[in-house]
Amino acid sequence: MGSKAKLSLVEALLAEQEPRACVVLALRWLSRHAGVERAVCAMVDGENGRLTGATGMGLSLAAVDAFSLDLGDRTHPLIIALDGGEPVAFRDSGQTLPRPFETPLGNAPFHAIPLAGTGNAPGIGLLLVSGGDSPLIEDVQWAADLLANRLAALQYNRAQIDDRRHRRERSWLFSIINAVTDPILLTDADGRIMIANAGAERLLTTEEDQSEGRRRAVALNNMLFSATLFNSGGGAASQELVLVDPSEGQELLFEVLRAPVRLRPGEPGHVSVLRNVTDLRRASEEIEENLRRLRLAEAATRAERDRLDLTLNSVFDPVLVTDPEGKIVRMNPPAERMFTVPPGSGGEEVERRVRINDAVFTSFVSNLYAGQSQLWRGELNLLDPETGAPAPFEAFSGTVLSKQGEQTAAVTILHDLTEALEKAQLYEQVKHHSEELRERVREATAELAEQNELLRRQAFQLEQASAMKSQFLANVSHELRTPLNAIMGYTHLLLEGVSGEVSRAQRDKLARVDANARHLLAVINDLLDIARIESGKMPLQVDRVRLPELIDEVMSEVEPVIAGTQLEVSRALSPDLPEIETDRQKVKQIVLNLLSNALKFTPQGAVAIRLDYDREADEIAVAVSDTGIGIAEENQKTIFEAFEQANSSYARRQGGTGLGLSICRRLAQLLDGRITLVSRLGEGSTFTLFLPRQERGI
Amino acid sequence: MSEVEAPAAPLVLVVDDVDHGREIFAEYLEFRGFRVATAADGLEALEKAFELRPNVILMDLSLPGIDGWEATRRLKQDERTRDIPVIALTAHALASAHEKAREVGCSAVVTKPCPPKELEQEVRRQLAAIPNTEDKT
Repeated sequence: MGSKAKLSLVEALLAEQEPRACVVLALRWLSRHAGVERAVCAMVDGENGRLTGATGMGLSLAAVDAFSLDLGDRTHPLIIALDGGEPVAFRDSGQTLPRPFETPLGNAPFHAIPLAGTGNAPGIGLLLVSGGDSPLIEDVQWAADLLANRLAALQYNRAQIDDRRHRRERSWLFSIINAVTDPILLTDADGRIMIANAGAERLLTTEEDQSEGRRRAVALNNMLFSATLFNSGGGAASQELVLVDPSEGQELLFEVLRAPVRLRPGEPGHVSVLRNVTDLRRASEEIEENLRRLRLAEAATRAERDRLDLTLNSVFDPVLVTDPEGKIVRMNPPAERMFTVPPGSGGEEVERRVRINDAVFTSFVSNLYAGQSQLWRGELNLLDPETGAPAPFEAFSGTVLSKQGEQTAAVTILHDLTEALEKAQLYEQVKHHSEELRERVREATAELAEQNELLRRQAFQLEQASAMKSQFLANVSHELRTPLNAIMGYTHLLLEGVSGEVSRAQRDKLARVDANARHLLAVINDLLDIARIESGKMPLQVDRVRLPELIDEVMSEVEPVIAGTQLEVSRALSPDLPEIETDRQKVKQIVLNLLSNALKFTPQGAVAIRLDYDREADEIAVAVSDTGIGIAEENQKTIFEAFEQANSSYARRQGGTGLGLSICRRLAQLLDGRITLVSRLGEGSTFTLFLPRQERGI
Repeated sequence: MSEVEAPAAPLVLVVDDVDHGREIFAEYLEFRGFRVATAADGLEALEKAFELRPNVILMDLSLPGIDGWEATRRLKQDERTRDIPVIALTAHALASAHEKAREVGCSAVVTKPCPPKELEQEVRRQLAAIPNTEDKT
C-alpha cells in the first residue's frame, strides 16, 4: 500500500483531539485501505475493572454497547489476548478456543489486536477486526499501533489535565468546607474520620505539642461523636450533640445532620454536619426573653395608653394629638365635638364648620412643625359645629420628640376663651363701677369728715353752751328765789299779824301778792325742771311700780280740787295690768299734770282716767279724757311747746305755768314713752301716756 | 323777850347772810314765842352756837367765808353742839345741794322761798324729835 494513504491517517489522527473520533477515523481508514469489513474497539475502564465496547463499524450500536468483559476474568481468551500484547487470530471461535465466547463480530474469523499503552503500561484497549478473505493484517497492525499511540498520548494529556483540575477542585472543595464554620466530617463504616474540615479539626483532632487538657477534651469529643454515629440507627434524622470547646472549655450544643454516602463500591460511609446551635439556643432564649419583655412593655404601653385616654377624656378642654404630617391621630371628646361630624346629625352646615375648624387647626399645627420652637401658643377662631357661633380658643402646642430628637407627634390643648373674654369684659365693667364708687365714697368720706369736724365742733360748743345754760339757770333760780323768799316772807308776816292787825282790804291785796309769788315760784321750778331734763341732769330712779297704787295717790292729791268742781270723775283699770319698771316719781308727775289739766280745762261734764295693757306692744296706756274746751287742730302740734297755751287768758285764770305739757312730754321721752293727743275744739281732749312695761335702757 | 321768865322758851339760832332773810324768820319765830339769836356768816354762827347752845339751828348754806355745809360739819364734830338739830335753809333747788346738806349732818332741808309758817312747823318737828326737850310753846 502507498505511504500516501498511511500519511493521510497520521495527519488525520494528529489533527483530532477526541479519542472516540480518533477511533472512528482509524476504523474508517481500515475499511478503506486494509479490507476490514467489520470492527469493534473496546476500551479498558480501569475504574469499573471492565473492558467495554466503545466504537463499532459495520455493527449495530446495541451490539457494541452490549460488549463488556470483566478484566478480572483471566481465563477469557480476549482478556488473555489483551494482556499478551500481540495480535491474535481467531479462525473459528466456536471450535478452536479453549472456552466459547461471543463477540459482536459473530462467528466469522477475526483478529484481536491489543492497543498497547506507552512503555510498560497495560493495554488501553482491544481492537477486533474481520473482513473478506484476508485482511492486510500488517496494515491493521500498523494502524492499531498508530491509534494506540495517539490514544495513549491523548489519554496522558487528558489525565494530566484532569489531575490538575481535580487538585484544583479538591482545594476549592476544601476551601468551601473549611469556610463553613460548622464542623463537617466524612467517616467510614467503622467510624474512622476520612475527611474533616477546619471546624471539625478544631474539635476532634489534636497535635503533639498541644496541652493535656485540650487532648483530653478532644478525646472526649471523639467518644461523644462516635456514640452518635452508632446510635443514629443509620438514619438521616438529626440528633443533638454536646461537645466541649477544647480551647475555651465551654460546652457547645450541636445539631448533627447526617447523610449516608458510598466511599467506594461496597464501602458505605457518612457525612456528618454539626450545626452549632449554642448561639442559636442562646439567641432563641434571648428572643423568648425579648418577646416576654416586649409583651410586658406592650401591656404597659397599652395600660399607659388607656390611662392617657382616661386622662385626656377627663380633661374638659379639647386635646388633640397630631402626627408630623399634621393628621389628627387622637383626640378627647371635647375635641371630637369641635372636629368631627357626629354620626346621624350630619347636615351640610355642620360638615362645613368642621372642615373650617380642621383647616384652621391644621394651619396652626403646620406652623408648629415648621418652626424651631418646641412650644407654640396661638389663638384659633373656630366655629361651634352645632350652632355656628364663634368659638375663640387659645391653643398651646408642644412637640413630642423621639430619643433621636425627631418630631414624632404634637399635642395641642385648646382653652375656651369665650368665658375668659366675657369675664374680662365684666371685669372691666366692674372695675369701672368700682372706680366710680371709690370716687364717690372718697367724696362722701371727705364730706363726712368735714361734717363730722363741724358737728364735733358744734357738739363741743353745744356742750359748753348747755353746761353754761344749766349753770346759768341754777344761778338764776337761786337769785330769783332769794328775793322771792323776801316777798313771800314779808307778805306772810303781814298776813299773820306780826306787825299788827291788817284791814280786810289790806289782807285781800296781800293775798294777791302771795298768789303771784307762788305762781312765779312754780314757773321758776318748771323752768329748772326743763333745764335739768335737757342738760341730761335729771336723775332717774327705776323701780317696780304698781300702777293702781300710783293712781290712788294721784286721785287723793287732786281730791281737794275735784271737791271744788261739779265734775264727774271716773277711773277704769284693766284687770291684767302688770307691774312696770320705771321712775315712779316721774310717772306720778306726768299723770298728776295731765289730770290737773283735765280738771282745769273742763268747766263741766266728766273727766275719766283709764289704764290698759297692750300685750303685743308690751306697753301701758294711761289715757286721761275730758269733756272740756278742747284744742283746735292748728294748736295741737304746738301744745307741747314751752309757754304754749291754747287759750292763754283762760289758762292764766287757771294758774298754769304753760310749761306742764312741755315737761310731761320730755319726761315721757326720758322714760322711753310718749304722749299723744286726740282733741276736738269744744268737745274735749284725750291725752294718752304710753310707757314700756320694761325699761329699754337709757 | 325780857318778859319771858324761865323756864325759857326754845332758843333758835337763825344763820343767813341776807339781812331780810334773817329778819323774816327771826321776827316770825319770836312772834310765835321762840327765843331767837342770829348770825350773818359761818364763823359767827359757830361762835354763837358754842356760846349759846341753841335748841335748833336754821342754817343758810350759801354763806361768805365758812359756808353752811362746812359750819354744819364742824358743829357735828364738836361735842358741845353735836346733838343740836340743824335745818338747812337754801335757795338752791338742785337735788345735789340737798344731798350734800344731809351728808354733813343736817336733819332737814327747807327750800327758799318758804312760807314762815311752814318753817315754824319744821322747827317744831325737830324739837319734838329731841329727847329731854319739851315743846314749851
